[in-house]
Amino acid sequence: MSVSEKRAGGAVGSGPGRVPAQMSPWRRALVRSRSWLPGLLLVSPSILLIGVFVYGMIGWNTRLALSDRHRPVQEGEFVGLTNFVSLWQEARWPAAVGNAVVFTVVFVGGALLLGWFLGLLLDKGIRGEAVFRTLFLAPMAVSFIATGVVWRWLMNPAPAERATGLNALFVHLNLDFLVNDWWTAPDLGMAAMALPAIWQLAGYVMALFLAGFRGVPEELREAARVDGCSEWGVYRHVVMPQLRPVLLSSVIILGHMSLKVFDLIIAIAGQQIVADVPAVYMWAMVFEVRDPAKGATIASYLLIAVALFVVPYLVWSVRKERSEGR
Amino acid sequence: MSTRATAVGERTGRARSGRMVRFVLLFALAVLFMLPMYVLLVTGFKPFDEATAARAWLPPQTWSVEGWAAAWQALAPGLRNSVMVAVPSAVLSAVLGSMNGYVMARWRFPGADTVFTLFLFGMFIPYQAVMIPLQQMLVGANLMGGLFPLILAHTVYGIPICTLIFRNYYASIPPALVEAARVDGAGMLRTYASVVLPVSAPAFAVTLIWQFTSAWNDFLFAVFLTGPNSWPVTVQLNNVAGSMVVPYNQQMAAAVLASLPTLVVYLVLGRFFMRGLMAGALKG
Repeated sequence: MSVSEKRAGGAVGSGPGRVPAQMSPWRRALVRSRSWLPGLLLVSPSILLIGVFVYGMIGWNTRLALSDRHRPVQEGEFVGLTNFVSLWQEARWPAAVGNAVVFTVVFVGGALLLGWFLGLLLDKGIRGEAVFRTLFLAPMAVSFIATGVVWRWLMNPAPAERATGLNALFVHLNLDFLVNDWWTAPDLGMAAMALPAIWQLAGYVMALFLAGFRGVPEELREAARVDGCSEWGVYRHVVMPQLRPVLLSSVIILGHMSLKVFDLIIAIAGQQIVADVPAVYMWAMVFEVRDPAKGATIASYLLIAVALFVVPYLVWSVRKERSEGR
Repeated sequence: MSTRATAVGERTGRARSGRMVRFVLLFALAVLFMLPMYVLLVTGFKPFDEATAARAWLPPQTWSVEGWAAAWQALAPGLRNSVMVAVPSAVLSAVLGSMNGYVMARWRFPGADTVFTLFLFGMFIPYQAVMIPLQQMLVGANLMGGLFPLILAHTVYGIPICTLIFRNYYASIPPALVEAARVDGAGMLRTYASVVLPVSAPAFAVTLIWQFTSAWNDFLFAVFLTGPNSWPVTVQLNNVAGSMVVPYNQQMAAAVLASLPTLVVYLVLGRFFMRGLMAGALKG
């Protein structure tokens, strides 16, 4: 569960690079480089591509965000953080951010809880486990657009008499009190919007937790049982504490997906303002308003939000890998 | 002795009822999870006049393929485009990932760890942060229009995860194997071709499936980088579903059609799909 399962073989300084002592420094460097230079050459196409298309583009985007190029045709002048500040002074941006936050909290919390619960139910083996696992994970293989098509039907907010989807089902089952506006509700609409995302990713969390549960040695569990722990106590005190890394990876994966959520919103709500999120706003800036600087500013905020918790996570993982001496 | 037997009996009895409860809960959750699938299939097979609110949850009275035929009509060009994008970009990023993973696991150069970490970050970035420059660059180079921009994007942004998967995979093959080839005087490429590649099939399966699935399901790059003639299936599906005039039977059939390739891959090659998922989680 870390960057590399095994420490990559230390090739530097071994093999063909062994150097006789009495060589001149230049020659020594040359000979030694033979051990790693081919490797660098083989990776260089990718380094170039990643360099240009990830870091170069991020740099370009940042420059755009710091300029006043508000129409595609005009050249931009450097204006500092003006765009970053002015975004907060309009009505649409803070609302979009608020929506993304509600969505993230409900989605990440819901998927974690449901996924963890599914993993717990499956952990000790059950008849038909493979079928259940396949089934809970299947939504993962489907695009957010396809998910959106069916969930838009399910969460159709039409009133009871011409309701479709879940509202119709509730009426049918005499559960009228459950009939609601789903994602069109002004306050908690984004919580309903998180339901399809939970449906799609709970199986993923289940798979992660299941692998984690099964990685806890049976002797540890048995030892706790001998000490008089109940089955639940075994989970609570022995298994769960071992799963913090799994929990952390899950939060990172789901969280970074959630902040930039786009497809699902488009498929369910289109560009309706009630379900507006930063990624949809940015899209509108590019295709409708045609304001590159503003679009780039929104994109920069997305990048910052994701980087804020991904970078510490990456650094932490790499350090952990080193300290474990692998 | 007898009390002990009772205790054991009690314990197995409790275990059995516990298993029963878990099974019932799992079954109920499975039914809930399948609701959308039920809706998709049942609505897809309804004739047009049955795809109404009143009969929303009922199975079709007459089964019809009318929705499927219409959906196929609407999606065929998109399905073709998606194949033409997903297959080459999956192959390209898998090949690049294999070379990178090999070097980073077995033929390291000074700074390889830093380069690897920088690659990994590329896997997490919101693609919005590169989208406007990418679009401007492609327009400037006069490359917009066909499928090339999409193939390029999926290949390049697939490199990080492919590198990660191959690096972890190659780190698990015995170093002695590679060292032996080196001692025999085989160069980097010879070692790669004769020792490493022949055992790479599982990692290729994982990366190919992973990349195919994410390219197939992508919508973001597609809306920014393609036009009407090169729309992949996700964009066309969204157009079908987004227009108010398309009846539900056709929408649902279209959603199933657009998902079928990745679902089939998942059902047939689930084992490899799972490994890709796990690798995706465990970056760093």
